[in-house]
Amino acid sequence: MTSPTAPTATTTAPVRFATNPATGPAPGPGGGLARLGRETWILTRRSLTRIRNEPETLSDVTIQPVMFTLLFAYVFGSAINLGGPFGGTAAYHEYLIAGLFGLTVIGTLAGTAVGMTADMETGLIDRFRSLPISRSAVLAGRTVSDLVTNVLGLAVTAATGLAIGWRIHTGPVDALAALGLVLLLSYAVSWAGVCMGMVFRSAEAAQQAAFIIFLPLGFVSNAFVPTSGMPGWLQAFANWNPVSAAAASCRNLFGNPNPASSIDAWPMQHPEAYTVLWAIGVVAVFAPVAVYLYRRRARS
Amino acid sequence: MDLNGNAAIRVRNLHKAYGGHDAVHGVSFDVAPGEVFGFLGPNGAGKTTTIEILEGYRARTAGDVRVLGVDPGKPTRRWRERIGLVLQECELDPNLTIRETVGLFASFYPSPLRVDETIELSGLGDQADTRVGALSGGQKRRVDVALGIVGDPDLIFLDEPTTGFDPSARRGAWAMIDGLRRLGKTIFLTTHYMDEAQHLADRIAILRAGELVAVGSVDEIGAGLQADAVVRFRLPGGVTADDVGAVVARPVDLADDIVTIRCPDPQPVLYRLTTWAEQGAHRLDGLEVLRPTLEDMFLALTTARAEHG
Repeated sequence: MTSPTAPTATTTAPVRFATNPATGPAPGPGGGLARLGRETWILTRRSLTRIRNEPETLSDVTIQPVMFTLLFAYVFGSAINLGGPFGGTAAYHEYLIAGLFGLTVIGTLAGTAVGMTADMETGLIDRFRSLPISRSAVLAGRTVSDLVTNVLGLAVTAATGLAIGWRIHTGPVDALAALGLVLLLSYAVSWAGVCMGMVFRSAEAAQQAAFIIFLPLGFVSNAFVPTSGMPGWLQAFANWNPVSAAAASCRNLFGNPNPASSIDAWPMQHPEAYTVLWAIGVVAVFAPVAVYLYRRRARS
Repeated sequence: MDLNGNAAIRVRNLHKAYGGHDAVHGVSFDVAPGEVFGFLGPNGAGKTTTIEILEGYRARTAGDVRVLGVDPGKPTRRWRERIGLVLQECELDPNLTIRETVGLFASFYPSPLRVDETIELSGLGDQADTRVGALSGGQKRRVDVALGIVGDPDLIFLDEPTTGFDPSARRGAWAMIDGLRRLGKTIFLTTHYMDEAQHLADRIAILRAGELVAVGSVDEIGAGLQADAVVRFRLPGGVTADDVGAVVARPVDLADDIVTIRCPDPQPVLYRLTTWAEQGAHRLDGLEVLRPTLEDMFLALTTARAEHG
C-alpha cells in the first residue's frame, strides 16, 4: 500500500516550484510541421519505451516471423513446385521471403488496431486530449511506433530467410527500395488500423475484425503461391491485391523468382507503382478519417 | 466580482441536456484568479458534467463559459498549456515508470516543472522508477496529480484528488495544494470530503440536481443558512435545565445530563453562562462550542431539500 514515509516528506519539504526551462524542451521555433514532428516523436518514444519495459508484446514481430517463415518453407514449401524455370525447394525459399514481406503490409492492420484500442481502453488517449499537442500527433505517434516495430519484423524475417537459403541477387539500393515500399504501404495501412482501433470498443473485437480482413488479403495473393493456378475470378482479385503487388515488387527488387511478371494485369506489370498508389490512397482516406474519429470523441 | 472578463472561470446560465434530461440547469458562477474554489454536490448532481465542460472535454447545450478568457469549446494550444487536469478516472500506461510518465507529459509544455521535483512533491519520490502498473490506487492518484501540475499551469482542475488516500497522504496532498495556492495558482476542486473543502477552499459552490444551491465562503453559506452554533456541557449538580434556560434566555435541550443550546451567536450565551457558573460555583464539565461544519451545511442543503423535492 502507500508508503508511510513519502507523504510526510511532502508536508515538511519546502514547496519549491522553480521552473527550469533548461530541462524542458525548447518550444520549437519551427512551424506547425516541425512541432507536429517533435510531438509525434515524443509519443513514438512513449510506445517504444513501453515495448522496452514489456518486450513480450513484441512476439508478433520477433517469434511469429520466424515461425511463419519456417512453417511455410518446410511444411507447405515441401509440396509446392513453382514450375517452369522456378522449380525446386530452393527456389520456393527464394520465392517465400518476399511473400512474407508482402504479408507484413496487411499484418500491420491488426497490430495497430489492437495497440490503439488498448490505449483507448485505458483512457490514456483521452488523457492526451488535455495536453497542448496536435490531435494528429497522438495518432501519428501510434503509426510511427508501429512502423519501427515493422522494421524489426522485416529484419527478423530477412535473417530467417538468409538462414534457409534466401539471397538478395541485386544491389543494396534495390534491396532498400523493396524495404521502403513495404514499409510505405504498411505505414499507410496503420492509419486504417487506427480507425479500426477507434471504431471497435475492445482489443478482442478489433483483433477479430482485422483477422477477417487479413485472411483474404493475405492469402488470396501471390504471397505464398503463384496466382496462375487459382480459379479465374480469384486470380483477378489476387492480381489486383496490393499484397501481391508488394510481394512482386520485392521479388523484382531482390532478384528473386517472380512468376507474376508474365501476368498481363497492370498491377503485376507495374507492382512498384501500384504499391505506391495504394499507399497514397490508403493514407489519403484513412488519416483524415482517423483524425475525425478522434476529434469526435471530444464532442459528445 | 470582476466584470471585465478577468475572472479565471466565468460561467453564465450553463445548461447541459442528455436526451430530454437537464443534467446541468442554469448554473452561473465566477472563480477569481488565485482562488481555491470548491465545487461540491452529491453523486449525480452534475459536478463531473460541469467540470468536463470547463476542461473542454464535453460540449455544452447552452450558456456562456470562459476559462482563462477562452471558450473551452474552442480550445487553443496556448490555453491547454495554461491548464492542468487531474481527472477523476485516468488509467495510465502500466508499462511506463512514474518518471517516464511524468517526463512524457512534461515534454509537451513550454516551461514545465522539474520532473523529479514534481514527483517528490506528489509524495512519490521513493518510487520514481516503479512502473505505474505496480502502484496502489492511492499512489496512481498521486501520479495523476503530478501530471496535472507538471506543466506549471495557471489553472488546475482537481477532480477528487485525494480519493483513496490514507489520512497522512491526504495531509500531504493538502500541503501541496496550499503550496500551489501560495504560488497564485487558481484551483478548481471537487471532493467528497467536506473537511477537505473546508480546509482548502476559499469559496465553495454546492450543486444539487443540476442547480447551484449555495455559492460563497463557508461562513457566508453558514450565515445564509442561519445555521446555529451549538454550546454543550454536562448539567451541573443541583440545577435544572430550566435554570440554565433562564440564565441564557434561550431554549435548552437536555439529554443524558448533557445540555445543548443552539444559538446564532455563541458569545453572549457563553458570557452569561460562564458568569453565572463562576458566581454560583457551578462546574460546566465538558464545555464546548461547535461551529456548524461544512458537512452540516452540505447535508442541510442537499439532503433536506431532496427529501422535500
